[in-house]
Amino acid sequence: MNLVKMVQDKQLKKDLPSFKPGDLVKVHTKVVEGDNERVQVFEGTVIARKSGSTNETLTVRKISFGVGVERVFPIHSPRVIKIERIKEGQVRRAKLYYIRDKEGKEAKIREKSTIQSTPTDAAKG
Amino acid sequence: MLAGLLGKKLGMTQIFGAEGEIIPVTIIQAGPCLVIGKKTAEKDRYTALQIGFGEAKEKGLNKASKGFFTKNNIKPVEFIKEFRTPDVDKYNVGQEVKVDIFQVGDYIDVTGITKGKGYAGVIKRCGYTGGRSTHGSMFHRKPGSIGASSFPSRVLKGLGLPGQLGNTQHTSVKLEIVEVDAANNLLVVKGAVPGNVKGLLVIKKTVKELKHKKAVVKAKSETKLVKKPSKKKLV
Repeated sequence: MNLVKMVQDKQLKKDLPSFKPGDLVKVHTKVVEGDNERVQVFEGTVIARKSGSTNETLTVRKISFGVGVERVFPIHSPRVIKIERIKEGQVRRAKLYYIRDKEGKEAKIREKSTIQSTPTDAAKG
Repeated sequence: MLAGLLGKKLGMTQIFGAEGEIIPVTIIQAGPCLVIGKKTAEKDRYTALQIGFGEAKEKGLNKASKGFFTKNNIKPVEFIKEFRTPDVDKYNVGQEVKVDIFQVGDYIDVTGITKGKGYAGVIKRCGYTGGRSTHGSMFHRKPGSIGASSFPSRVLKGLGLPGQLGNTQHTSVKLEIVEVDAANNLLVVKGAVPGNVKGLLVIKKTVKELKHKKAVVKAKSETKLVKKPSKKKLV
């Protein structure tokens, strides 16, 4: 299967920033409207990162006007121009689907920086 | 120009197109193939090239084929297929044929042996709906009635019944070539191709009429119509 991987690897982005479920991200995508092309930004929490190689996607969730909105982006698509990490989250699961059933404070994700500063964690790491 | 190659299925994946759209593709190891023999009009009453692909182990060859390969001074090949082509003279025995005979955007037909599904019932094989599984139903996955009684006193041809499914030759027609990798002898084709991974494939230029070809045919018929009246004047 090496040759299949070779074809796939050509499609992959090499300068992807690191991000994982729980992070707050901004995803910049190219949108074509008629003849015009513009950049749309979607900001929200990463709740899943699925599959691998060219098929890899990330699911971003945000609350827009009181309604939960989720978008799935193929990470390596040329239409996804940039992925920015704004905050690093501290979560204990790879898939944060439980957040869909939570509201308000329950749906909040702890930021990682606060945990790193505690002395016990620093000693471990 | 030879319009065919032999190849091996390597697997499927998905890649991104120019617009960022996702294209499902099959990756085929196409060639390098060897011309191992010729059929000529004088001797065989038709013209074709015998094309070989893959490496055969010396141990597995019988005396006849071993003799053939040593006589023509060719590396033993695993698979041999014949491709009909008018220009046999352009090729020499022992010559290599590579993927570069195809270009991105060409359409091809790919023939292979489909995956064997064994002895399959009527639902899987013929797409019948079947009956209810519960509530006293006694009609689960059966084919049902297969015809009337005294007339016609036989089962009509073409009726779907259980039997072997798959493991037959199938041709996927008019597949678009998305990428040609001459260095690695790879052909990236849009869509699926029959058979298992590592299965042998016969790749040919498509038999389907392409849209731009239709235009050429029309132009010819128009020129003929113009010529006709001029002949009448001469008479």
